[in-house]
Amino acid sequence: MLLARVVGTVVATRKDPRLEGFKLLIVKPVAPDGKEEQGGYLIAVDTVSAGNRELVITVAGSSARMADGCKDKPVDCVIVGIVDGVDVDKT
Amino acid sequence: MLIARVIGDLTATRKHPSHEGQKILLVQPLELDGRPRGNPAVALDSVSAGIGDRVLLVQDGFAAMTSIGRPQSPIDMAVVGVVDLVELVDGGRSAESVPAGGLAPGSPPLRKHAKKKRTEQQSHPFERDEPPVK
Amino acid sequence: MFLGRVIGRVWSTVKNPALESQRLLLVQPLGAGLQPSGKTLVCTDITGAGAGELIYWCRGRESSFPFLPQEVPTDATIVGIVDSVNLGKKAEG
Repeated sequence: MLLARVVGTVVATRKDPRLEGFKLLIVKPVAPDGKEEQGGYLIAVDTVSAGNRELVITVAGSSARMADGCKDKPVDCVIVGIVDGVDVDKT
Repeated sequence: MLIARVIGDLTATRKHPSHEGQKILLVQPLELDGRPRGNPAVALDSVSAGIGDRVLLVQDGFAAMTSIGRPQSPIDMAVVGVVDLVELVDGGRSAESVPAGGLAPGSPPLRKHAKKKRTEQQSHPFERDEPPVK
Repeated sequence: MFLGRVIGRVWSTVKNPALESQRLLLVQPLGAGLQPSGKTLVCTDITGAGAGELIYWCRGRESSFPFLPQEVPTDATIVGIVDSVNLGKKAEG
């Protein structure tokens, strides 16, 4: 799973009918200290009503289909949590 | 999923039987600023996308198989939607192929999402008041 | 899936028994403009592709599906031979 920040939204009217009703958010992976990581973005299906700039947890790959409500949907990346806090052991 | 641009399509007579009857598209994954991201990819099409369309590209095999309704098909990428609009938090916006008459009713509003109320215990992730309990 | 070109064949006597009788082809992935891009890889093959042919190949667990119920330990399989590529006018990214 990845830590990521919500940076935008995608609207797609023509899409697989099983994606209807899902919000599609643009997320960028971040390091535990909050700094954006080099590398790409992902488009993720939102299952937790995340807002712009929120830090979230995303799950990708075939496990994404295990998220609530995603069982038989063609999804490969799902937001499964909104992060309240991150503790990193400084030692 | 990624955003990609449809740059062409393929014809292939000799191929796996589960690819029969599907349009095989050549797509170029894109960065958020529109630059190419990596190599072009081959994806099966489940939404009748056209050349030049920006599309949603799934990169997981199970998701791709589900989209075309063919279990156990050797496919790892599929196009599952046509992008109407990309809206970024920093104000960047790029819209194409918005259907005539505007977006469909029920599309999510194109404004910042309301921030959830945080309780007293939940501070900003990186600005804790107290050191973490070890 | 990705585009590639068959550039050779791999012969291996000592290998996992589940790969017996599998055709192992050497493939050069192609990038923009059908130019070579990235490292060559070895693919199993279900199409009978020949040297120099333009093909597309599938990655990951799905690449073992064409061989079911036999379980073949492969992570890349050629699943189609490309007859032609139609690049539309709006080819820029």
